[in-house]
Amino acid sequence: MPFNLLRYGLSKKHEPWRIIPETPSELRPSYDVVIVGAGGHGLAAAYYLATVYGITNVAVFEKGYLGGGGTGRNTAIIRANYLTPEGVAFYDQSVKLWRDLSDELNINIMYTERGHLTLAHTDAAVRTSRWRAEVNKHLGVDSELIFPDEIAKICPQLNLSQDVRYPVLGALYHPPGAIARHDAVAWGYAMGAAARGVEIHQLTEVIGFDRSDDCVTRVHTNRGSVVAGKILMAVAGYSSRVASLAGLTLPIHTVPLQACVSEAVKPVLDPIVVSGSLHVYISQSSRGEFVMGGATDPYALYSTRSTLDFAESLFAEMLELFPFLHNMRMLRQWAGLSDLTPDFSPVMGLTPLQNFFIDAGWGTWGFKATPICGWTMAECLATDRQPELIEAFRLDRFERFALVGERGAASVGH
Amino acid sequence: MNCPLNGPRNITEFICAGEVKEPLPANATSQEHARSIYLEKNRAGVVSEWWMHVPSAYWFIAQRDTRTDEIVRTLSYDAFAAEQTGHT
Repeated sequence: MPFNLLRYGLSKKHEPWRIIPETPSELRPSYDVVIVGAGGHGLAAAYYLATVYGITNVAVFEKGYLGGGGTGRNTAIIRANYLTPEGVAFYDQSVKLWRDLSDELNINIMYTERGHLTLAHTDAAVRTSRWRAEVNKHLGVDSELIFPDEIAKICPQLNLSQDVRYPVLGALYHPPGAIARHDAVAWGYAMGAAARGVEIHQLTEVIGFDRSDDCVTRVHTNRGSVVAGKILMAVAGYSSRVASLAGLTLPIHTVPLQACVSEAVKPVLDPIVVSGSLHVYISQSSRGEFVMGGATDPYALYSTRSTLDFAESLFAEMLELFPFLHNMRMLRQWAGLSDLTPDFSPVMGLTPLQNFFIDAGWGTWGFKATPICGWTMAECLATDRQPELIEAFRLDRFERFALVGERGAASVGH
Repeated sequence: MNCPLNGPRNITEFICAGEVKEPLPANATSQEHARSIYLEKNRAGVVSEWWMHVPSAYWFIAQRDTRTDEIVRTLSYDAFAAEQTGHT
């Protein structure tokens, strides 16, 4: 075996294993489906269109690189402990897909169930935690309201002293809370889709749509125009801009969400810890880095700059919860663009345009929904009907004042 | 940010209340109300927004570039409204 390995290493014949599918040199004149945005959501939709519905004359257009937007910028937390029944049912289906995803895609996405603690520092937050726990349990999702004595057993690193500004009064404990390697998710869906004939075009920016009355007929890109049977838009922070090319106005504003990681150390923190009131969350990645985030920036912006304000406000609270972090060094800080909706729920499915489908409004909660978004949007495109699981997330809910107020969303004020 | 009432102040003293929208006519339908409340242009470029200086509870208009976070200028609502009617 070692000799084989040595021979393999020294051989010049072997080709590098190419994870990311090559961009074809030309666009075809027409596609059955054009997906705008090669992030996790768009690629997952392409994958399930090919595997479940056998639709493979599909192109995915990406203006940058594959998985370079929200997919590669989130903090990779997966959970289903939301508040609204619509949200819980939806994210729970996602968790079920996540569990088998490494096998399904034949790539190690390092899905690891760590347990997820949402800390409550006020009576109101304890009440909301109980509410979420009861809704979760009713829908078969494992969540429980626990108090400091039990929190200490699950997370002994946490400062549970009462002698702090915001003492921990309780927590919503969600054992299935997990983390995963986010890049691998996009790569896995891309490989699986490409192997079935889907074309993935990187550095291909959609610059316009031709419209008839209630249809989009052509898609213009910086590399030429194509005829598209159906179009799915999955562009997160840029949703309003792409939708405006098709003449649609969305209930969305774009706000940066910043995050940072520390240097890598040995495993010391098992659960994912979130505080909704203090706007901090932390987990330790499989590589050993502490991955940390806080609240979204306070106003709309299309820039992914990093600010000192963010770092200061994050660590003011973080160090009270985890004093041992005081001598950790930060490795990187970055930002992604969140497409926030007024009710903190996504906008999915049909639009006023017959062949134009939307997957947007993913704010700070998009990564965990990647598999189920792909699954339900593929169904929506293939059948031209709104799947039951995302019925509540229709774009036209705002005109009917039928909002889905999701107070289980993280990083945003409610 | 340069507050039209208080002069330059730290940005943490302000809150942003989103883009300025067209006022609705008195007889607007429920659908028009919903669109006015929830839909946003969310443009990338220079936009006019409502801001408030929190300690003095003073509301005003700021014109800001949402690509670079540069504040182009700030002005009172009266000045802004006068400009708008001047244009139309």
